[in-house]
Amino acid sequence: MLIKRRKFLQTASLATASLWLPRFLHGMQRPGALARNGRILVVLQLSGGNDGLNTVIPTRNDIYYRERPRIGIQRDQALTLTDEAGLHPALTVMKGLYDKGELGILHNVGYPNPDRSHFRSMDIWQSASPANEYWSTGWLGRYLDAQCAGRPTAGLEIDDTLSMALKGNDLKGLALQDAKRLYETAHSPYFADYAAAHRGPADSPSGQLHDEETPVGYLYKTMSETIASADYLYEKSKAKPTGSGYPNNGLGKQFQTIASLILADTDTSVYYVSHGSFDTHINQQNQQQRLFQEMNDALEAFTKDMKANGLWQDVLVMTFSEFGRRVSQNASGGTDHGTANQMFLWVAACGKKGSSMNSRICKTSTKATCSTTSIFAAYMPMYSKIG
Amino acid sequence: MQAKLQHLLWRTGFGPATTERKQWEKLSEAAWWPTIKKASAKVPEYLDVADNAVTGLLQGAGAIGKMQSDTLDKEQKKKLRQASKDGIKNLNLRWLEEMVHSEAQLREKMAFFWHGHFASLNINILYQQQMLQVIRKNALGNFGTLLREVSKSAAMLAFLNNQQNKKKHPNENFAREVMELFTLGRGNYSEYDVKEAARAFTGWGFELNGDFVFRRQFHDDDPKMLLGKTGNFEGDAVLDILLEQPQTARFITRKLYRFLINEEQLPEARIDQLADVFFRSKYDIMGLLDAIFTSDWFYEPANMGAKIKSPIELWAGIRRAVPMQVGNPESQLLLQKALGQVLFYPPNVAGWPGGRQWIDSSSLMLRLRIPQLLLDSAELDVRTKSDDDTDMGMRDDALERRRRRLKLTPDWKPLLDEFRSTESDELIPAVARMLWQIPNASPPRGVLERYTNRSDHDDQIKTTMVQLMATPEYQLC
Repeated sequence: MLIKRRKFLQTASLATASLWLPRFLHGMQRPGALARNGRILVVLQLSGGNDGLNTVIPTRNDIYYRERPRIGIQRDQALTLTDEAGLHPALTVMKGLYDKGELGILHNVGYPNPDRSHFRSMDIWQSASPANEYWSTGWLGRYLDAQCAGRPTAGLEIDDTLSMALKGNDLKGLALQDAKRLYETAHSPYFADYAAAHRGPADSPSGQLHDEETPVGYLYKTMSETIASADYLYEKSKAKPTGSGYPNNGLGKQFQTIASLILADTDTSVYYVSHGSFDTHINQQNQQQRLFQEMNDALEAFTKDMKANGLWQDVLVMTFSEFGRRVSQNASGGTDHGTANQMFLWVAACGKKGSSMNSRICKTSTKATCSTTSIFAAYMPMYSKIG
Repeated sequence: MQAKLQHLLWRTGFGPATTERKQWEKLSEAAWWPTIKKASAKVPEYLDVADNAVTGLLQGAGAIGKMQSDTLDKEQKKKLRQASKDGIKNLNLRWLEEMVHSEAQLREKMAFFWHGHFASLNINILYQQQMLQVIRKNALGNFGTLLREVSKSAAMLAFLNNQQNKKKHPNENFAREVMELFTLGRGNYSEYDVKEAARAFTGWGFELNGDFVFRRQFHDDDPKMLLGKTGNFEGDAVLDILLEQPQTARFITRKLYRFLINEEQLPEARIDQLADVFFRSKYDIMGLLDAIFTSDWFYEPANMGAKIKSPIELWAGIRRAVPMQVGNPESQLLLQKALGQVLFYPPNVAGWPGGRQWIDSSSLMLRLRIPQLLLDSAELDVRTKSDDDTDMGMRDDALERRRRRLKLTPDWKPLLDEFRSTESDELIPAVARMLWQIPNASPPRGVLERYTNRSDHDDQIKTTMVQLMATPEYQLC
């Protein structure tokens, strides 16, 4: 407890200082010791239950084609990965990366006794809890707790509200659409002045306002950190022009925001962004095609941007979805909720081509028969990469 | 009004109502708690918002006989889903109005506690409103009765898959959660107990109209051994055995202590004492509340202003402090979602984690911006995450945009009257005493004077109210 408090006081005093200093000094008083020290992880959540079988297509599997006469993707349409597997035709960027050995695919990641509710399933993915336990912290939130004390901008979600994945007990990620908008909302003069007015000496009568151990101290800490973070991210990103070539749609803009913050060399280790909805009960082909096209375009721009700036080696992109979908198409040209699913990892130089495919695509029997990799096991390597 | 009285009204309800301040101020301290109890004495009115078509479809079908949901055709099911979705939305807003306006504050507050304790997700409006009535009716009664009625509700049996719990093919979900989340708490039973309890609950199900049914043909009537007892137990016997464990009283008492008193400082000896009272009274909830709200420690400074308001408590509390018309009631659904607590949509069967988990940078900044909506007609500028369980892949962005404008029309008069004779220089501390619960908190005068309108007394009152609500201190009760 003592150490925690001391750490808090250090950071609190930094936050205090940041509001008094002239703006151009902001970036300079972040101590080097608090900088990120590993790769940057970008998590792309495919919300709604992406159909894994039409993402990585088992192009030699008779059951697949028999069960999906209408929505199955033909072998000659798929982008060939191996003799037995091809990618959805819209995913050209992933195909290119795979051929260069820069993309890994982890099949059948899931948990036992799958729950077909989106919410519960996402809850399990985001918390990485055992499937019969209910946790209130996320797998990245616990990373923030363990590794990122004093870095309120270590985990960022590009959205208006924060996912459970980024909630730790002590430290939580920060949600923003872009740095400018966060700055404008968080940095209203009233909030800034109000927060500043409460930062007197710690032994003043309003002592509990400074004590992180009390709820009000926690609220003040969150408020001050948000304001300081908004300043920090805005000042940092203002200095760098944002990259070009990003598609003018939701996901394109979100990746542009991520890229601009990475290029601005912020101390962020984890970015989190969601795309969807992949809940394709009806007319799956059009919807998945459109979403994949957006995803492909956004990632194409992002990959280029990172490579052009020599940062590709520092970035790890990961996708996941709360579950896959059933093998058989339904009567509406869609698919219903299934179980485990694949994860994609964009890894610069992950080795020889296709080396991280953990198993053949075997989930094409009408029942899931092959063994499932637990979510937690799949996350483990990410923890070590981000350091 | 005294800080102590405000403390009591926050913990036994959704905060002091400005319109009732005068009446409360007339009462002596000894009369506070009896008055609160009396206001909640009546059996609550059934909140019935379900579309007649839905009720007819389900009730009618139920009357025909032992019909299952597969007797409905596709069109009927679709209609049911849409009408249910609208119904749950209406039930949410209807109950919220009770929280804001009902005299029976204690009952609604405790129902709100049980709503989180017996968290269930169910898209069937009829089952949801039946369940809500179970918890509102029993909120202050006997916990054993409450447990039994919840366990036999269609909402819970469906949510925890007990319809699928059959002899030789047990589904343990229901049995596990009854022990882990509703009675004993994790670590107070074994996996073996879960298996045996699941066997005892085989055959427990419900009819389409929500009525409980025991399907004997699916029941496993071989002997079971549960928590050291052996017998041909059925579901009721399991609940009896669970209620015989003092641990159940302790588990509930501890959780209630966190909800009512303090989430972070938990004096174990005191909780044990309260649990003992609860157990010996055979789970009389009002008896436990008596012990809590007539104690001296309830008013200890460490317990005042110590709780972070949940989003529902925050919003209902604002509406009680500033009487207002909400021109676009559905906007309150967006507000709930953006702040992280939508009634009838708990994150999972464990309910809302609460406390500090309510607060992150975006939820806090949104909380701080809400009071400003009382003064201007700005939009709630937020886009929430999609919810595929209800959207089925088709998010309605236009709907969310329509919900961004709350169209609030505050009735400032009672507040202006309250502070009419307060000197301009005294206004900041006086309003802070009304709105804040932290002992000895002192508002930063200089800052507040800069950001309030001091040229006109009425405007000064309004802006002082708003600015003092847009603070970390106001998040606490």
